[in-house]
Amino acid sequence: MEAAILRVRGLAAGYGPVHALSSVSLEVPDGAVTAVLGGNGAGKSTLLRAISGTLRFQGGAITGGTIEFAGERLDGRNAARVVAAGVVQVPEGRQVFARMSVADNLRAGALGARHGRRGEQEARERVFGLFPVLAERVHQRAGLLSGGEQQMLAMGRALMARPRLLLLDEPSLGLAPMMAARIADTIREINDQGTAVLLVEQNAALALNLATRAVVLETGTVALSGTAAELAASDEVRRRYLGVGDEDAAADAEAGIRAEHDHSDGHPTLRRWVA
Amino acid sequence: MTTFLELLITGISLGSVYALIALGFVIIFKSTEVVNFAHASLLLAGGYFAVVSRDTLGFWPALLVGIAGAALLGMLLEFLIIRRYRGRDHSVLAIVTIGIDIVLITELARRIGPEIFSYRDPWGNTLVQLGPVSIPQTRVAAFVVAGALITVFLLAFRYTSWGVAMRAAAEDRGTAALMGVRLGWISASAWAVAGALAAVAALFLSVFPTTGLDRETGLIALKAFPAAIIGGLDSTTGALAGGLIVGVTQSLATGYQSELSFLGNGIGDLAPYLVMVVVLLIRPAGLFGTRELSRV
Ligand SMILES: Nc1ncnc2c1ncn2[C@@H]1O[C@H](COP(=O)(O)OP(=O)(O)OP(=O)(O)O)[C@@H](O)[C@H]1O
Ligand SMILES: [Mg+2]
Repeated sequence: MEAAILRVRGLAAGYGPVHALSSVSLEVPDGAVTAVLGGNGAGKSTLLRAISGTLRFQGGAITGGTIEFAGERLDGRNAARVVAAGVVQVPEGRQVFARMSVADNLRAGALGARHGRRGEQEARERVFGLFPVLAERVHQRAGLLSGGEQQMLAMGRALMARPRLLLLDEPSLGLAPMMAARIADTIREINDQGTAVLLVEQNAALALNLATRAVVLETGTVALSGTAAELAASDEVRRRYLGVGDEDAAADAEAGIRAEHDHSDGHPTLRRWVA
Repeated sequence: MTTFLELLITGISLGSVYALIALGFVIIFKSTEVVNFAHASLLLAGGYFAVVSRDTLGFWPALLVGIAGAALLGMLLEFLIIRRYRGRDHSVLAIVTIGIDIVLITELARRIGPEIFSYRDPWGNTLVQLGPVSIPQTRVAAFVVAGALITVFLLAFRYTSWGVAMRAAAEDRGTAALMGVRLGWISASAWAVAGALAAVAALFLSVFPTTGLDRETGLIALKAFPAAIIGGLDSTTGALAGGLIVGVTQSLATGYQSELSFLGNGIGDLAPYLVMVVVLLIRPAGLFGTRELSRV
């Protein structure tokens, strides 16, 4: 296993009187996909916001612990410094700049990185390679894109900063299974190109299939952690995140999301987690 | 007909100056969601810096001093005061800017006293003949300069990285921060640009046919407030349209005052506010705006 690029130790965070995270520790290996699973309100988004330095925009703050990226402390840094360090977050719900064109959204993504004009051009080519549809829609207003296209734009925009670590908050949220599978393929491709990924998902089957390691958050603490295969095989994860007593879903998670393309009978491989 | 043309051209020239002020107002609102009631004092400060350095430096350098001074003052206000209230309620921030305005206006009025400062600008009271109508050269200069500045600003807003950052921050501050946009600089630069534009406006509000800059000059900037509201507080296009509407309305209403005398005296100064009320009744967010003032 490769060395950890991100180390979170004893992290606590909250929104005023609301404690959202307490003593969360996890490591993200370089060059791999790490998944964070958990139900609604478990603290997944809070964890990503703490790393990206944007808690204060939601009225939150880190109250304890440390976040270390490539040997550099990130906790207490402002969002711009975190981006400059090479960590970029794609927010939950995509949050593209709806009134700006696709091209300007991508430009906005490059604002925080200091890679110069050449770097920006290279990043744009990489993004268009991953998401050809963005190249076709480059002059269109982002608000007019479909949900799936907006997710691609949100990811492309983040890649414009050429991050070493990409934080993804529920990229499959609200997408049809086919589109979710395509996003999953792209995440794998991005990772293959050398970008480490910390993937927050409620779609456990999708996430465990992509990740090498995973943690499960429950009410703000790490309840389980291990390799993706271990978690996919664990009773608790099968029961709570891969569908109650549903052997199929768990089996699908292990068999791989790609197999889903062969299922033309509409069998629901991509299952939403239900409380 | 000649009168009408003259009034129209005067109105457009005046309107372009109001547009400069309204634009600054809109930039600050868009990027920081602050309704800046200190804008009038920023304008007066820019004018004051220029006229007091006029004798030693000459006209053009003094104008630059005024522009730089107002830009710096705007930035300073943002750094020292506005920044501390970030994240607070918008009405709190609006009240803070009213406080700043009172302090600045009081201090400037004390310094200016009863005097009227002349810019002693290169245009003087010369008239230019445009076909059948004769227009003061200052009005032509105002239109040309304001038009050029507005064009430069809009191009920058559209094409430069600064513009992209401003627009991103205007749409969603939190997401812009995720992109590594430095919101503090965005906010400070908005205040600086607004100050600089206001200082240029101060010049054209003080030259012929006006006698010069006095402590009341800032009050004229208040007419740009209806301009910004008519256009829509969060729309740069709206600021331009609003400025022109206010300028032309005011000019025509003043010119035809005698015919409009049934509406009472001083209709020229009142007309822009009447237009504002009518526009707000029909479109609460202004002509081009997306946000209503009540939601501010
Ligand atoms: N802006 C906020 N103000 C106050 N409390 C918040 C805020 N955002 C989140 N919380 C609380 O913090 C806890 C963790 O929320 P968080 O958004 O991190 O959960 P999540 O795991 O991302 O959930 P979901 O899957 O629904 O997105 C929840 O109890 C939530 O109510
Ligand atoms: Mg969330």
